[in-house]
Amino acid sequence: MTPMELVGSLGIVGYGLGAIGPGIGVGLIFASVIQGTARQPEARGAMMGTAWIGFAVTEALAIIGIALAFVFGGL
Amino acid sequence: MSGFLSGLVPLETSDGFEAPGVHSFDVPPLFDSVPWFDKYMLQAIISVILILGFWLIMARKNSLVPSKGQYIGETAYFFVRNSIARDMIGHDFRRYLPLLIALFSFVLVNNIFGVFPLSLLPTPSHVGWPYGLAIMVWVIYNGVGIAKHGPFGYLKHTTLPSGVPAFMWPLIIPLEFVSNIIVRPITLSLRLFANMFAGHLLVLVFVLGGEYLLLHSESIINKTAGVVALIFSMAIFGLEVFVQSLQAFIFTVLTAQYISSAAAEEH
Repeated sequence: MTPMELVGSLGIVGYGLGAIGPGIGVGLIFASVIQGTARQPEARGAMMGTAWIGFAVTEALAIIGIALAFVFGGL
Repeated sequence: MSGFLSGLVPLETSDGFEAPGVHSFDVPPLFDSVPWFDKYMLQAIISVILILGFWLIMARKNSLVPSKGQYIGETAYFFVRNSIARDMIGHDFRRYLPLLIALFSFVLVNNIFGVFPLSLLPTPSHVGWPYGLAIMVWVIYNGVGIAKHGPFGYLKHTTLPSGVPAFMWPLIIPLEFVSNIIVRPITLSLRLFANMFAGHLLVLVFVLGGEYLLLHSESIINKTAGVVALIFSMAIFGLEVFVQSLQAFIFTVLTAQYISSAAAEEH
């Protein structure tokens, strides 16, 4: 007899685990942007440009997670 | 195991709300006799006509003191030229500037179709469109590298950064090969596809859920929640405009980066 049975979508659990890394990564990117702006306010424009590029590349991993969670057997 | 199997059956709640999912993106063909011509294809064709019209009109009227329309076009052109092409590629960026402008315009217009009131479907949310763009970019940046360094020289240039000691070569070469030649088109296409897919799904959840709560449910709390969901979906549309523009910019920037690193000189 099975002591405990769980039903649900494993894809969404996988997405939840996969969103930990990009969450920390995006936080690190913008933390360094804030610190750099505090040290040198006139470098803000160049830093924000690079920050958005880094944000999109890091966020891609989390977004691929949610998309594949739906494709491989969610709702 | 039962969790995996229950994922294959669409969940139907007892009240009859059909949650949006992958099936929401299956559109029927516009004419039954031509099965490949559906809404995605029509949007792509319209976007090509719009882009050609815009840039041809921009290339035509050039007075020294710009009018308002010319100023907008010049701003778009300078944006791609200065911050993408010149900064990323370097001194012979002119050869690749038409490609970058075309890519940026195509991805941006097709993304904005996702919030445009007449279409409301972003074209890259069907995975074939980002696949096609990424395959084209892959052929181009590898072609540029092979044309510049020769086939074997390009492989050496890509997989072996300078200054690596010889005992690490069996580790570095497969890793760099997979990372530069195999994974790059995959992440390029999946980044664009997944952002459009997930964003459109989010909009669908708020709008369909809000409409269901407002019109098909009983208690007053549910109806209030439906109104709040519908109002909040406007904010989600705003977020979608931002994400779509950012993804068009990122696609172009990464293409320029790949071309630049393939054509780079040895130091």
